[in-house]
Amino acid sequence: MTAAIEASGLGKKYGRRWALSDCTLSIPVGRVVGLVGPNGAGKTTLLSLATGMLGPTTGSIRVLGGTPGSGPKQLARVGYVAQDTPIFAGLSVADHLRFGAHMNPGWDGDLATRRISQLGLVPDQKAGTLSGGQRAQLALTLAIAKRPELLILDEPIASLDPLARREFLQVLMETTADSEVSVIMSSHLVADLERIADYLVVLMGSRVQLAGDVDQLLASHQLLTGARRDPGSLPPGEHVITASHTDRQSTILVRSDEPVLDPSWSVSRIDLEDLVLAYMGQARTEAAGPAAPAATKILEEKR
Amino acid sequence: MIWLTWRQFRWQAITGAAVLAVLAIVLAATGPGLTTRYDQIGLPTCHSTCTALATRFINELEFGTYGKLFYAGLVAMYLVPALIGIFWGAPLIAREFETGSFRLAWNQSVTRTRWALAKLSLVGLVAVAGAGLLSLAVTWWASPIEQALSDGQPGSNFLPLSPLVFGARGIAPLGYAAFAFVLGVTAGVLIRRTVPAMAVTLVIFAGFQILMPTLVRPHLIPPAHATAPFNANTANDFEITSNGNGQPATMTLVGNYSVPGAWILSNQTITRSGRVFDGPPAGACISNSAPPQACNNWVNSLHLRQLITYQPQGRFWPLQGAETGIYLVLTAGLGALCTWQIRRRQA
Repeated sequence: MTAAIEASGLGKKYGRRWALSDCTLSIPVGRVVGLVGPNGAGKTTLLSLATGMLGPTTGSIRVLGGTPGSGPKQLARVGYVAQDTPIFAGLSVADHLRFGAHMNPGWDGDLATRRISQLGLVPDQKAGTLSGGQRAQLALTLAIAKRPELLILDEPIASLDPLARREFLQVLMETTADSEVSVIMSSHLVADLERIADYLVVLMGSRVQLAGDVDQLLASHQLLTGARRDPGSLPPGEHVITASHTDRQSTILVRSDEPVLDPSWSVSRIDLEDLVLAYMGQARTEAAGPAAPAATKILEEKR
Repeated sequence: MIWLTWRQFRWQAITGAAVLAVLAIVLAATGPGLTTRYDQIGLPTCHSTCTALATRFINELEFGTYGKLFYAGLVAMYLVPALIGIFWGAPLIAREFETGSFRLAWNQSVTRTRWALAKLSLVGLVAVAGAGLLSLAVTWWASPIEQALSDGQPGSNFLPLSPLVFGARGIAPLGYAAFAFVLGVTAGVLIRRTVPAMAVTLVIFAGFQILMPTLVRPHLIPPAHATAPFNANTANDFEITSNGNGQPATMTLVGNYSVPGAWILSNQTITRSGRVFDGPPAGACISNSAPPQACNNWVNSLHLRQLITYQPQGRFWPLQGAETGIYLVLTAGLGALCTWQIRRRQA
């Protein structure tokens, strides 16, 4: 089975700055992938590389086994809602559906028409006068109705109000539920992705910090609380992600494939948001130097 | 792609068609009157009086409505390609970059190359067809005037070969329209902003329209030469320049010999040794008291010759073909550059 996205040593440089570096990933098909990271982490760069809008500086990327943007067949297999959900401002909603039909041999006209009427969009309305939420929905409809195998969404809901966000995610979940499509959606908020993603990629500072199945990630991370001790004294199978200490107590996030059996620890599970923040914090600490306590601080504040 | 191109271009196309229709109506309404006047004066059936009749016809038109329309036709023929470049070419892709809609267009099941080629070729063909129709209409309208000019004023500045008229007749406007359009598109692709691309298109196209007739067109076909004895009694111009400070004065002579209907590139007066004559003038030519004939006699005694470099009347179509060919080659080159830029564009 080919991967939805297979990247190896992938990097992209703008001038002297690496927007994405040393990215090695293998995302299986059939998943709903959340791509999370702060602004400027390289999310858009990674997604642009996956659609062929950008070419890599180093390494390689294959999408559904093919080179991104390499021809009409490859283009037909990938649906893309770019950042800021571009549309043709001067064209009506109905014209956008005609545009989709003319530009895509696999176009599902019934699906598109049905979705437009479900969303309550007026076919004659000019797309330039739609609200942000309607505009995002129109862009999503265009991407879905071309019947792609992989749907790539670059921060589609970043600028939407909470209600429009919920509606957008609702539509997206319905789509993934009744088709085989794989989805990759980026956001700088974990909360946006938590409800729909079953696979997570965390990008920070142009590097992949964490990638994997959400359930497995949650199962393999434990928060240990107990009397103060040196994190270095933990058994070799337990990798320390973050550690914070008070005078008496230590709180340590560890990744371990085995259950933590040491009775001196009180072991608790961690939710997705804390997990992502911990990895982002760790990345920031490494960037700032070993002494910076930023990582643990974020974790503390969240609790 | 045809649908999308048309859908995005249709208002510009309708505007263009409306402008073309207005011009066509004006020409169609006035053309027959012009032809009738030409016939009434008796030009189609003249034998020995043609020159006089043609001169009468021209003089009659010159300051009337037909004369103004003739000039307006020239202006329109130069303006239309420039406007096509500015309002059809420059925004075609620059606007997609400005609004971000190229990201939508490039992620359908159509490659960027096909997208670009469809836009370039469809809108380009409409531009060329529009310019062609207008050229046809204006050439038809002006034909009585041009016939009369070549009969009555063979040295006129408004003959088909003269630099001003040449680019407003025949097939050259088709080449200009194609080139201006692709120039606009390329400027838009490289600059990515509509308004600066429009300005750059105007400047570059105007530059081409000035450089082509002055530097390139005279040499598209090696010019012909003609010589005649210089006769001071019929000369067009004597010019004597005193340099002062004891330097010898210089003298420039312009003879009246001409080649009918030709595009005169240069008119020089040369000495028997082949050098361009520049004086110094004899005393008879400088002195205030000497009779003018004395100077003429002195000049005639030098046995000067007049050398004319020109493109003959019969070369109108070969020159049109060559110039249009050059513009079409430039158009193809820019079109290829544009498509290649879009293909490799990192967006």
